[in-house]
Parts: sequence; C-alpha cells; structure tokens
Amino acid sequence: MTTAVTTEKHPYDPYLRVDRMPHIWCAGCGVGPAVGCFIKAIERSGVNPDRIALISGIGCAGRAAGYVRLDSFHTTHGRALPFATGLKLGNPELNVVIFSGDGDLAAIGGNHLIHAARRNIDMTVICINNFNYGMTGGQLGPTTPLEARSSTSPYGNFDPPFNLPHLVAACGATYVSRWTVIHLRQLERSIAEAMVKPGFSFIEVLAPCPTVYGRMNKLGQGTDELHTYQSRCVVQNGADPKDAEIGLSGTIIVGKFVDTERPTFWDHCMKVFKKAQKK
Amino acid sequence: MADDAILEGEFFMNGDEACAEGAIAAGCRFFAGYPITPATEVAERMSRRLPQVGGVYIQMEDELASMNAVLGASWAGVKAMTSTSGPGFSLMMENLGLGAMLETPCVLVNIQRAGPSTGLPTLVGQGDMMQARWGTHGLYELISLVPSSPQEIYDLSVTAFNLSERYRVPVLIMSDEVVGHMSEKVVMRRVPPEDIVERRRPTKPPGEYWPYEPDDDLVPPMAIAGQGYRFHVTGLTHDERGYPVMTAEAQDVLARRLVDKIRVNRSDIIMLEEVDTEDADVIVCAYGITSRVARRAVRQARDGGIRAGLVKMITVWPFPEDRIRELASQARAFVVPEINYGQVVLEVERCAAGKARAVLVPHMGGGVHRPETVLDAIRGAVL
Amino acid sequence: MKLWRKPFDHEAKAVRPSKVVINRERCKGCEYCVEFCPTGALVMSDEMNAKGYLLPKVADEEKCLGCGLCEVICPDFGIFVIPQDGSRTT
Repeated sequence: MTTAVTTEKHPYDPYLRVDRMPHIWCAGCGVGPAVGCFIKAIERSGVNPDRIALISGIGCAGRAAGYVRLDSFHTTHGRALPFATGLKLGNPELNVVIFSGDGDLAAIGGNHLIHAARRNIDMTVICINNFNYGMTGGQLGPTTPLEARSSTSPYGNFDPPFNLPHLVAACGATYVSRWTVIHLRQLERSIAEAMVKPGFSFIEVLAPCPTVYGRMNKLGQGTDELHTYQSRCVVQNGADPKDAEIGLSGTIIVGKFVDTERPTFWDHCMKVFKKAQKK
Repeated sequence: MADDAILEGEFFMNGDEACAEGAIAAGCRFFAGYPITPATEVAERMSRRLPQVGGVYIQMEDELASMNAVLGASWAGVKAMTSTSGPGFSLMMENLGLGAMLETPCVLVNIQRAGPSTGLPTLVGQGDMMQARWGTHGLYELISLVPSSPQEIYDLSVTAFNLSERYRVPVLIMSDEVVGHMSEKVVMRRVPPEDIVERRRPTKPPGEYWPYEPDDDLVPPMAIAGQGYRFHVTGLTHDERGYPVMTAEAQDVLARRLVDKIRVNRSDIIMLEEVDTEDADVIVCAYGITSRVARRAVRQARDGGIRAGLVKMITVWPFPEDRIRELASQARAFVVPEINYGQVVLEVERCAAGKARAVLVPHMGGGVHRPETVLDAIRGAVL
Repeated sequence: MKLWRKPFDHEAKAVRPSKVVINRERCKGCEYCVEFCPTGALVMSDEMNAKGYLLPKVADEEKCLGCGLCEVICPDFGIFVIPQDGSRTT
C-alpha cells in the first residue's frame, strides 16, 4: 500500500538540508538524480563526509551546494575550480568535489577547467551537461549541439560545441567518464571511483532539461528525453574521447574513457618544496 | 625548522619584497598570484620564501583564479594573500565582492601604476583609490591601508592580516610603484603570538552553529572546511543560516551588517599620522608616496611662516571622516596632493562640508609631485 | 522463479517485498518513477499535492521488487522503498 506520508525519513535525508526541501529544480530536472547518485557515491566510496568540501558555480547545477549537508560553497560564475584549488592546497586532507554545469565549467570557467586538468589537482568535477543555460531561461552554451534551438539561437545554433571529454582528457585529466542520468548505477559507481582516485577526475553527466532545452528542441517530456538517452547511448568503456561528439541526433558514446595515473599537482609541489626546506 | 626561516633583523630591500616578508611574519602561508608589473616581486619573493616556511605558492592562470584561490585557501583555514596592479585589480573585482559577501579574511595588495588600462606599467599612479572603495558592485565596506615606505609596507602587512582576521573582511594594501620599487632599510622583528590576530572560531557545536550569526561586534565566528560543521555559504543574499533568501528584508539585514561591521568599529581601524595640525590654517591630506613629498612641503611652509600641517592617511577606507570634519572647523583649507585627477579629495571635500576649502593638487601619474608644487598650493590656500 | 542454476548473487539480488513511501510535499509529478519502474508497480494517481502536482501511487504492491530504482531516479528525493525484511536495497 502506498503511504504518502512524510514521517518516514528518506534514506538520503542525512545528506540533505531537509529544512530546504522541496528544492527549486523543475519537475523532471536531471540535476536531482545526479545529486542522488552523488549522495550514494559518498557512501559507496567510504570517504568521511566531514572531509568533503562541495563547491559549485552559478546555474541550476550550481544550486546543488545549497541542498547537500556537507561543507559547501556556492561561488561565482565559472570560478568554482580556482576556489576549490585554494581549498585543496590550503588543506590537502579535504576531499574536494565540484558540482556545476556545462556553461559554468566550460564557457566562463573554461580557462580554469583546462588549467586544473593540466595541473592534475586532486579533485572530482561533476559536470551536469543539459546543453544550455537553464537557470537564465535556456540560452545557448558551449555544449549546445549545432542547429539546436535556444533562446539566443532562435534559428538554430551556429556555434560549434565542445566535446568535453576530449577537451579535458587532452589537458591531462587522469579520469574522464560520461554517463547520463538514466545510467544511474554506472554514474554512482563512477563518482565513487573518481572521489577516491588521486588526480583530476571529470565526469560529464548528460541531463534532461524539459523546461527549456527540451521544450525548445521538441524533445518531449522529461521521460521522453530519458528514453531518448536510452536509445541513443552506447556504452563504450575505453573509447577514444575524440570520438565522443554529441549532435542533435545520432549515437552518443558514454562510458569510462580515461583512467590513468599521473603525478598530481601536490606530488610535484612537495617534491620541489623539499628542496627549499633543505637549505 | 620552517618557523626559523622567518626573518629578523635589519635588511635593505624594496617595498614589494618587504610586503611579502611582512605577510609571512603575520602568518600568511598561501599565495596565489599572477605576474604584473610593478607587483611581480611580491610573487617572486613569496615563491622563494613560502616553501621555506612551510607554506604554498601557486601561480594561477589569471587574476580571477588568483583571487578565488585565495578565498578558497582562507576557507581551508590558511591566511592567504595575492598581489597585483591596476589591470589585475580590475579583474579581481567580482571575486573581491565574493570575499566581502562570504566574509573571508584575506589580503589583496595593489601596487598602483598609472592608468587607465595598460597605462604606464612601470610608473607610479594612485588612481585606484576610489576603485578600492567602490570597485566591486553592490553594498559592502572594505579596509584599505596605504604605506609610504618599505618599512611601513612591512608593518602594515601584519596589520592588514590582523584586521582581516578580526573583521572577517578582505583588506587591501593600496601601495604604489614608487614604494614598491624603492629600496630602504627595513627592520623585521618576530611578531609575538599575542600580537597576531586569528579569526574567531565557533563556540557552538556542529548542528547548532550557523555561519552568519554575528556576535555583538557584528562579526560572526568562522568555521573552516573539513571540521564537521557542514555549513553552507553562498554569494547569494543569505540569512544567518547561510542559506539564500531572496527578499528585501534579508538584503536589508545582511547589507547593513556588512557595512556596519566596519563603520561601527572604525575607531579601531582608522590610523592617521598628524604633523603640526594643532594650530594649522592649511592642512595637507596625503597618502602613500605623496605623503613623503607633502611632509617636506609642510616643513618648508612652516619655515616660511605659514601655519601648515599634515594629515598622513594610513587608513584611507573607511575614510577618516570624523577627524577631517573636526579639522574643517579649525583650518581654512585642505590641500590634497594625489597622483590622480581627484579621488580622495572628493572625500575630503565632502567631509569639509563647505567649512574649509579642499584644494586638489593633481598629478596624472608617471612620477611623483615636486615639493614646490605642493608648497605653491599651500601658499595659494592661505591667500 | 525456478532457476536451474543459482546465480552467485541470488541472495543479494533477491526480490524483497517492500513498502513504497511517497513524500507528497517533495513530489513534482514528473512521472520518472512510474515510467521507469521495471515491473509497472506504480501509476499516476488523481491526487494532487498543495503545489498542484499530481502524485504517483502504487498500483499493485505485489509487483514491487524492492529494487529501489524509483528511489534513485526521483529528482526530488520524494519516493523510496522500505523492504519488509529490514534490509536496504540500494
């Protein structure tokens, strides 16, 4: 029998700011399930939640920082990564996770993204890619597919998008994966893996945006967008990220693309600083 | 041992280097910056010295990243600093505002050069003074300290960190290229622990602690990441819990407190040095390198029989309104030499409220005033 | 279900009769739980919450396997399962 009561605590409640529920995300928004996967990944990874610092930028995905019960920072647009860099270098014991969106991380934050990957700073970036700037009403962004409609591309987008896994892998990230919010179990496992792996981990999460992007591109309801992900996506672990482009139609490759080892920024830093202290 | 690497004794160095040493003496252990003339030597010195004292130096990809990394390090519990000049100062503005909104202790050093835009990269200016007060958007109040010598920048670096920790506010050291690049004797002393201010820690346990519940002096105790407080802070207008609240009421409470916490405590913050002001008819108000030129001009005026005095502003923001208002009843005129086309003079004029004239002695930048120019202005003011 | 060979994880992945709990304040009627429930145990109801969202309901509790997919896919943390044997599914 269904019980529509609220006296029972949701199993995620210990990780949520329940005094702020219900949250502001739209019905069918992809950010919600991604946050749920993140919460489950915390338990799966075994990381002490008191040591996790969650940093987000501006946008729908950026609101996640305000809803999780962790030390969390809602910073300025595009600047989550350098803020997180300062946090991590100030206290290397922190497990630093960045939760933000495609525009925040790859447009205004693009410079910081490539440098953080280059440095291989030990942090985990969860990039919610809903192919537009949702919070401000559905403008095009750096991942909007060619010919897609948005509020600033009424005739179709003519601004070629990024292939984020390719970009981040080329810059030096040691863990790169892409999943969608319908790949719930894989996404949870990927986040857990990334959180315990030293180095710069980047997880792109394709998410439905039924309110703006989905509506403007006639993708149906949120359920239709998820079914479309099910049919278009092909899991290819180990695929070459350069083949992972996303168009308005056609195959979408998902999976774990990169999982390598490289010294982290801190490894390099400490090796050199030892020289300074010897003097 | 890392702490043994803190310098003590007499040294001969330039202002940029002395600034770095002052920061280290104050407990700064994180620097994130970007090279820019004439502030680069601060970064270079920090890159050499921070590893020796157990700190971290990182050169970020741009000034926006530098300002944010400084904020992040501060939230990890480390005293943090960056240095820049005009063009970088402009880039740091948005996130200086984030620092003000999150109430993050940190220090930002601006070794001013002539502007606008690329301007004269290697030559002096004092054209960022109003920007130091109003440069980032919205409502807030920051502290700006202005040194006039390498010794003073060393001492004020310690003061800057102490004030930033005490009031949970970014503190600006608004120096200039001449002070930054001049070499003079600097006496460095080990600052005793009782003279180093640390941010107030929470007294309430996790679960009861809210990040923006202020104490009586309007400053909230500050938790840092990783200690189980599970706090949330945001650049959005927020309430005492740190949660975003989109109402005019919340804005009223928050914005007022951000400004008032500095204004209400200004007697603790404002520092002035006065010379011969007790009976002065004409008072020269100056700051930074210009105050040294002004000192000579005032002496020459006195020698010539004019009752001139000097107010050297060490704290420019919050502006020393109370003292200027007092002096306006006594003096006939204020003479304000500055290496810009009139910025701090506007504040002097505002506070004088017509009771005394405010005479600007401008210099567009690229050099310092000659004492004769200031003396002429003093003479003109008594006519 | 009759198996001619027992999978190694047959106990971990066993079907567990479960109670479904829906948080009427959080639900936004997006229908993800209904659409993706593997057995079709959930349907949309005619019941509306205070914000005007239509809520789901359990059509047939016998069909609920306790897999917890509704719990993880819900964007609003508005639905979860409580296995009757006290174990945690997800």
